[in-house]
Amino acid sequence: MKSGAMRLLDTAGMPAMAFAIFLGAWSLVASSIETSIGRLPGPTAVAQEARNLLGAHTEERRKAAEYAQRMKVQAAEAKTAGKPFVVRKYSGPPTYLDQIATSLKTVFAGFVIASLIAVPLGVLCGMSPRAYAALNPLIQLFKPVSPLAWLPIVMILVSALYNSPDSMFEKSFVSSAITVALCSLWPTLVNTALGVSSIDRDYLNVARVLRLGWWDRIFRIVLPASLPLVFTGLRLSLGVGWMVLIAAEMLAQNPGLGKFVWDMFQNGSSQTLAQILVAVFTIGTIGFALDRVMLAFQRAVSFDA
Amino acid sequence: MKTASGQSILKLERVSKGFGATDARREVLHDVDLAVTEGELVAIVGFSGSGKSTLVNLLAGLEMPDRGSVTFHGKRVRGPGPERAVVFQTYALLPWLTVRGNVALAVRATASGRSAAERDAAVERCIALVGLTAAADRRPRELSGGMRQRVALARALAMNPRVLLMDEPLGALDALTRAKLQDEIVEIWQREKQTIVMVTNDVDEAILLADRIIPLNPGPRATLGPAFTVSLERPRDRTALNHDPAFRSIRNAVTEYLLDVGRASVPRCEQEEAFDPLPDLEPLPVGGAA
Repeated sequence: MKSGAMRLLDTAGMPAMAFAIFLGAWSLVASSIETSIGRLPGPTAVAQEARNLLGAHTEERRKAAEYAQRMKVQAAEAKTAGKPFVVRKYSGPPTYLDQIATSLKTVFAGFVIASLIAVPLGVLCGMSPRAYAALNPLIQLFKPVSPLAWLPIVMILVSALYNSPDSMFEKSFVSSAITVALCSLWPTLVNTALGVSSIDRDYLNVARVLRLGWWDRIFRIVLPASLPLVFTGLRLSLGVGWMVLIAAEMLAQNPGLGKFVWDMFQNGSSQTLAQILVAVFTIGTIGFALDRVMLAFQRAVSFDA
Repeated sequence: MKTASGQSILKLERVSKGFGATDARREVLHDVDLAVTEGELVAIVGFSGSGKSTLVNLLAGLEMPDRGSVTFHGKRVRGPGPERAVVFQTYALLPWLTVRGNVALAVRATASGRSAAERDAAVERCIALVGLTAAADRRPRELSGGMRQRVALARALAMNPRVLLMDEPLGALDALTRAKLQDEIVEIWQREKQTIVMVTNDVDEAILLADRIIPLNPGPRATLGPAFTVSLERPRDRTALNHDPAFRSIRNAVTEYLLDVGRASVPRCEQEEAFDPLPDLEPLPVGGAA
């Protein structure tokens, strides 16, 4: 049995020490690398840049509030004067936090699309070896395709098929979400198929003895029994989706973190490197958080712990 | 003692069943005849691997015979159904459901005509019947082996079956739990006026519980031996029974019979075991899961 202090050292002390060494090495290396757009920023410069981005966000929100106030006053004046007045929306640039929100929305949309396709298909493949044999070549063929190959096709198809003027979503959003879905549905599909096909035969025999109908068999026996593996797949899918998203947003110009990185790169200012590094840490942190959330779900549904 | 109505409700006639492709075929049961009378408790006793589970699966309709017929109330069995409830050897409790959930699933599936209140009452009655009311909200993994066995029994009773098929129901339990559950099975059988077919490898258990004992000769190509009628008075007391000459004589008869047929087929048995084919399971490749 380990003492409390030793356990604390293992769970918190060691990671903290490793992180400190990482920061030290980084600042050491950073101070000696000179690039065309300035010196590679160290931890302090990146932290400062993160503060700047947050500051820009509050500043932008303040301006938006002011603008809304001005609009209200002008509208009231126009009304008393009996003149027509059109309220125009504030058109400031999206802030860093807005971009994070967009990225999360996009990855979530893609993840939902992927799950809606992959889980039913996975159940089908798991229940019917014939369906699995039929779909397996297609799965193997499309699974390794990079998002960068899908995206141009998706963008062209979205432009062709999704172009009503009053559409609910931006085309860039739809393209990015679909690309995320195309790349992230495979782990869920394969794991669901595996989960369904490896259900204890006795559970299915219980369903047969009870003469459960098709619906009850799927929703009361098959899905609950394979849920742990389905969630393993969903967790992997969300991880893949988040990774793919950044590339998709870069190319599709969806106003999220991917576009932020690309815009900062094109900007080429002295802050560029620090800004991109802030994005790197943001992407990593959010990816980690998403994985933890899915892990919690996965634990909640697993019954053989 | 309970009187059987004399009418056989579940019948096997010249049933054969084998597994494997035609060239590597292995006949597990060969020309099996069995007639189960309404209200009786039949014990089928045999060595491990002699085809006992296959026999239960055939009676349940989970497997179809290759030759011969399985009939229930004179009608050919075409598949499993709740009127022939099975207590599985592995219990097969659904681990994501509580005790109540497992029993309720069986009630819901078999009592479509009844109101929700009636069904709830049926669930609670079945749980109470096996003495698990206090553990009704626990999940199978939080239960001991004996409690799991009780849940399996409660679920089978919840189907309101005409015949209860038990596949080595007490095989995985320790001796004390086993003795307790044996008594409870007899009690439930008498109270609920059930018909029970129980498969076991324990001769003492069979004598203690059954009206009739039928030995299953060792496979492959297993057949049922001659039935031994157990006419011991009920309730049968475990300790008193040990000194009962009638008990000892039937015990000797059954054991001797089993040993004789076992000895006769040992070489064949060992040879078969070495080539015991695995069931047709093909795991899916997990490729790309990561």
